[in-house]
Amino acid sequence: MGASLAELCIVACAEAFRTSREIIATGIGPIPRLGAGLAKLTHSPGLMMTDGEAFLVEQPVPLGATGDERPAPAGYLPFSRFFDSAVWTGRRHAMVTPTQIDRFGQTNLSALGGTHAQPKVQMLGARGFPGNGIYHPNSMFIPAHSTRVFVAGEVDRVSSPGYNPARRLPGGNYSGIDLRRIVTDLCVMDFGGPDHAIRVISLHPGATFAQVQDATGFELIDAADGETPLPGEDQLALIARLDPHGIRARVFKDNPPAQRSAS
Amino acid sequence: MPTIDKTMDAAAVVSRLRSGMTLGIGGWGPRRKPMALVREILRSDLTDLTLVSYGGPEVGMLCAAGKVRKLVFAFVSLDEIPLEPWFRKSREACAIEVLELDEGMFQWGLKAAAFSVPFLPTRVGLGTDLIELGGLKTVTSPYEDGEVLAAMPALKLDAALVHVHRADRRGNVQALGPDTYYDEWFAKAAAECFVSCEELVDAMEVSYPEDVRANLFERCFVTGVAETPGGAHPTTMPPAYGWDMGWLKKYAAAAKDPGDWSAVAEWTVGASEADYLASVGGHKEVAALPLPVF
Repeated sequence: MGASLAELCIVACAEAFRTSREIIATGIGPIPRLGAGLAKLTHSPGLMMTDGEAFLVEQPVPLGATGDERPAPAGYLPFSRFFDSAVWTGRRHAMVTPTQIDRFGQTNLSALGGTHAQPKVQMLGARGFPGNGIYHPNSMFIPAHSTRVFVAGEVDRVSSPGYNPARRLPGGNYSGIDLRRIVTDLCVMDFGGPDHAIRVISLHPGATFAQVQDATGFELIDAADGETPLPGEDQLALIARLDPHGIRARVFKDNPPAQRSAS
Repeated sequence: MPTIDKTMDAAAVVSRLRSGMTLGIGGWGPRRKPMALVREILRSDLTDLTLVSYGGPEVGMLCAAGKVRKLVFAFVSLDEIPLEPWFRKSREACAIEVLELDEGMFQWGLKAAAFSVPFLPTRVGLGTDLIELGGLKTVTSPYEDGEVLAAMPALKLDAALVHVHRADRRGNVQALGPDTYYDEWFAKAAAECFVSCEELVDAMEVSYPEDVRANLFERCFVTGVAETPGGAHPTTMPPAYGWDMGWLKKYAAAAKDPGDWSAVAEWTVGASEADYLASVGGHKEVAALPLPVF
């Protein structure tokens, strides 16, 4: 059996988390969470993570683990000290799935359309996005690359800051804004272009730059240096251990293979 | 010697509140919310409230019931049901005003209120829509760096409502779960803090001195304590009981069908707390709800 697209994305997410630092890795959703766990177990042992509630664990919690399957806690990081310890000290890298992203890397989790007083679609609210964005590294995972997510112009509400010069107040300190990778179902992107413009740095097997550009509401830079690497056997074994119930198979419709066939 | 006795029932707590007040509600999303007190508000004539909350079902319920004029929030969520449908309806109908904040700015505002300063500076909010939409101001560092920062205004509360596992008559409280959230700062930001508890004891030093580190905040911040067993239902109250996701799913689905609060108020609030608890199987059933797995 070859690797699935989900597993390819997990490895790409793990790569986004690669670091020599001791920081909190937060992956929201199964693919980013498995990516963070894989990074910790392979190339980035300094990464710290929680059990999803209040305790720090040195072994990533497998998805759906209960009782004895859950690792014993090694530290304590409740919500009540999350800003003091992780966010406002810059000791964290979060990977999230916002509803909209624009060419500046600004994201929206708040609302769509309408006005602030009466949004057309109310969503979650800004959550911790403004603080995450101004203080620590962030990456994103987008399971369905489309112009609905990667919007033309600006996002409807700016929940997290990006590299938009028009949004910079003189005298403000924006040095903490550090957008890393965007992993989608088609490609991996970064912010390595001129003025942090978004570039495609690898295409998933079978995807083309034209296909990615068509699914994006703003111009991308083609810096694709080969295909996104397929997972190795060791990585697949670790992923299986971290996701014993196969929840990753439900992320993409029909759980397609990493290698898009020509069928 | 004279003793202090802060015990009262939930109705007495609510009788101390007034329409138009700013109320802080402890807990986080669908976690350790003072739901028995919220239900008592829903049974009352109180209206025109400003809610300050890390929002869970209490926000959706109070909005749907027309109790809310303004909401100060960073999110409203039922966790496994990410978007709170009754809150969304209120927003999309322009039924409430909002001050949308970042989660960290929010606790910073509570701390400003607790320390009686008008604001606390932060970088959070810069580069986003929150400052302009919220009418927040900036402040320039008076030191050599001259940094421009957001000035997070104090979130002063007329009253805070918090739910804990144990309280005694003097107002010594204990919350046993893994996380204290920002309940301490709700209590300190408020002119008065009312605590509901799963178990009321006469004296903490007699009943549970071994757990004294679970004391969330000192009793000088507690105005009243009310015993409300099962009082966090349908939210999670670890380690005592978990959230009632079946209830929450039914509540969420009701926002679409029938979509009308008056049609669901009876089973979501109940005529009395005893009726409500009975409708969800009684305290025994609540106490048996499994803890969520993350």
